[in-house]
Amino acid sequence: MKQRQKTTLVASACLIASLAASSFVLHRVDQLRPQATLDEVLFLSSPKLIKRASLGYDGLMACIYWTRAVQYFGYRHHYYATSYNLLAPLLEITTHLDPHLVVAYEFGTSFLAPQPPHGAGQPDRAIELMEYGIQNNPDNWRLYYDLGFVYYMELRDYKKAAETFERGSHVSNAHPFLKILAAQMAQHAGEYETARMLWSATYQTTQDQQIKQNAIEHLRALRVDEDVQHLQEAVTRFGERTGRLPASMAELASAEGLAGTPADPDGHPYKLTPEGRVEVRVPDDFPFASKGLPPGYKPAPKFHALP
Amino acid sequence: MPAIEILGLEKTYSVGFWRKRPKRALHPLQLTVEDGEIFGFLGPNGAGKTTTLKLLMGLVFPTAGSARILGREWTDPSVKAQIGFLPEQPYFYDYLTAHELLEYYGQLSGVHAKQRKPRVEQVLQQVGLRDVQGVQLRKFSKGMLQRVGIGQAILHDPKLVFFDEPMSGLDPMGRREVRDLMEQLKHEGKTVFFSTHILSDAEALCDRVAIIHKGELRGVGAVEDLTSSVQGKVEVIWQGTQVPASIKALGAECHVTGDRVRAIIAENQQDAMIDALRRELQRLIAITPVRTSLEAYFVEKLKRAETTAGTTA
Amino acid sequence: MRTRIAYIASNTFREAVRDRVLYNLIAFALLLSGAAILVGQISIEIEKLVVINLGLTAVSLFGVVIAIFIGIGLVSKEIEKRTLYTVLSRPVRRWEFIIGKFFGLAGTLVVNTFFMAIGVFVALFYVSHKFVRADALILVALYFIILEFLIICSLALLFSSFSSPLLSAVFAFSLFVIGSFAEDLRNFAGMATGVSRWLATGAAYLVPNFSAFNVITSIAHEQPVAGQLILQNTLYALFYATMALSGAVLIFERRDLK
Repeated sequence: MKQRQKTTLVASACLIASLAASSFVLHRVDQLRPQATLDEVLFLSSPKLIKRASLGYDGLMACIYWTRAVQYFGYRHHYYATSYNLLAPLLEITTHLDPHLVVAYEFGTSFLAPQPPHGAGQPDRAIELMEYGIQNNPDNWRLYYDLGFVYYMELRDYKKAAETFERGSHVSNAHPFLKILAAQMAQHAGEYETARMLWSATYQTTQDQQIKQNAIEHLRALRVDEDVQHLQEAVTRFGERTGRLPASMAELASAEGLAGTPADPDGHPYKLTPEGRVEVRVPDDFPFASKGLPPGYKPAPKFHALP
Repeated sequence: MPAIEILGLEKTYSVGFWRKRPKRALHPLQLTVEDGEIFGFLGPNGAGKTTTLKLLMGLVFPTAGSARILGREWTDPSVKAQIGFLPEQPYFYDYLTAHELLEYYGQLSGVHAKQRKPRVEQVLQQVGLRDVQGVQLRKFSKGMLQRVGIGQAILHDPKLVFFDEPMSGLDPMGRREVRDLMEQLKHEGKTVFFSTHILSDAEALCDRVAIIHKGELRGVGAVEDLTSSVQGKVEVIWQGTQVPASIKALGAECHVTGDRVRAIIAENQQDAMIDALRRELQRLIAITPVRTSLEAYFVEKLKRAETTAGTTA
Repeated sequence: MRTRIAYIASNTFREAVRDRVLYNLIAFALLLSGAAILVGQISIEIEKLVVINLGLTAVSLFGVVIAIFIGIGLVSKEIEKRTLYTVLSRPVRRWEFIIGKFFGLAGTLVVNTFFMAIGVFVALFYVSHKFVRADALILVALYFIILEFLIICSLALLFSSFSSPLLSAVFAFSLFVIGSFAEDLRNFAGMATGVSRWLATGAAYLVPNFSAFNVITSIAHEQPVAGQLILQNTLYALFYATMALSGAVLIFERRDLK
């Protein structure tokens, strides 16, 4: 028995020791390779090949690739990446496996078309994706909306946007606003109100959290842009009336007859610089704002930002 | 009507993967087994005994020849209901219990549900497995499996039973039980055909035997005939320490062992010997006819076959 | 005759159960529960989609694996272990044995699928908190999966009747994989010429075509299944299984059991 007890002891000690050691080493290895899980390489990149390899279980494969796409974008976006090379292939594979996965097309609209760092900056591929989606889901009005959205927001092709919204409005069960948007495009394409309508529509009709959050950010930015524009016009009018710049925002406000100090959506009052520029207090809070930014403003450098 | 008529059954296997060589497992066999007898099919290992049984059971298809079992073609499915088979070193579904196996086999043999339950109980009792009937067969010893095998062979009360090496794996008690069972079956009017290489069993049980070697039949006949001595000698044993002169005069070979004397005399001297013993007041213990043992007959037949093969080769 | 087949079938079922095959249901339940709980973190919109896709894919894959692993041993194991001798010495025809084994295995899979179906519906209720009419389509998908099982069981039996378990497993899995490419094979046959055309066409029709049976993706999107498809799939499965089983019977009837 003694021999056996000795063996048991030694073997157990080895087991525990090597388990601890291997875990420790693995932890060190992981630290050396921070992106171990989501590398910039898709080993299988052909949608057709992947479809074959799924042996008929396309739906599940699509869900898996969709999850990958969402995590890929979310992770990189969180770390302020400036390129999203794999997003288009991942979405293409997902939709090739399951052409009816509508949320994937929506995702493409919101995050494939816009310019980095907010998107992959590939509006053409987004359009291809949408057209593919429309081909496979001709009765889904959302896809026409998404396609029109890309034409409007990223390509500023108001004519095409109007056409697309018009196409979509003929689909049965189409949301009534498609017709309204089609008309709006024709007349008031460049206005804030139109953009607001679109972002609100996106916010209300999607269920994906990332897309919703993105829409909110855009609406906030629109508010800022609009506010700054009006305030800037007020400064100009003030200057024309009095021949000088307003001394402070408060003076401008009372001259305009505004109740209280104008503030941004976060509640911070807008600044009026000595040069007469209207600026937002914390530009970093409004990543999509195009007005009210200090001159030479660049978003703060982020540590650990991904390429 | 004979129970079994084997009419030239023959089996040749093709052995080898690329170049097929023919291997003759059984030369054309002619054999008849009468109704109600215990027939022994003897031969060394690999002689073709199991092949013959498998051919009769329809497990293997003959290269040529046919057979009749209970008057019908051996391929006739209705025959199967009348026969029972115990293969060599049987193996059964080990996830079943003995009871379940017999129940299942009863179902397959067409035993009616009403009769099945009592019959299964009866058979389990008969083969001595009633106490372990709820135990899974995977836990059974070799001897116990042999008993299960016998049980499933007789379960449906067949007219003809085939046993392949029924004593294998059994201890002396078990062998005794199997022997008694076979006697019982004969008593019930059934025919028993069994193969073995243990000659003492065959000698004790069989009415007739056949000897097969290297796929060929070497001899058939009643045990009595095969073992009866042509010399007609008799062995006499009496109590004593010396051989009286009058007995020596008969010309017998005598051996003294302890307080017994053994003498071999001619059959026709038997009465003279008895008179002599009585005159000499010797106590007679036994008189037994000397038989050639089946083993001797067996060995002799095989040797002759070897020499024939040798001379023709 | 019918009753003998029934007895063999029920004994085959009993063997599978005692072989603890049904324990796979535990693994299945764990998988599905885990997925149902985790999936809520991905996207609310596709929770139901994931549960249906994952659940039905698991039902299909688990079943195929079981069908193959049990099926390949159905005949060859009995020959190897010689349990067949005492069965065939009874008034059991060889073809009854094959058919009985088939029904036993198919029955095991149907029972297994039944329990799994309950699991899928439970998981579905957990993520959706209600059932809609379209959920009945899941039953159609399950029915198609069972039809697939019938085909695979018959193929596994066919291989088992003449081949060792290892080779049978390889053949059966290969046919399952090729079966999902059957459409490509037909396209290739259409484009090929000469001998390869004949070979490819022959192969395309001999190989089981599973693509029509896989409606998991579409019913996950609540798309209806044409009644015509249900009928045709049923007929195809019946004919194909009959073909494979006939082959198995032909081979087994002639086989020497050494």
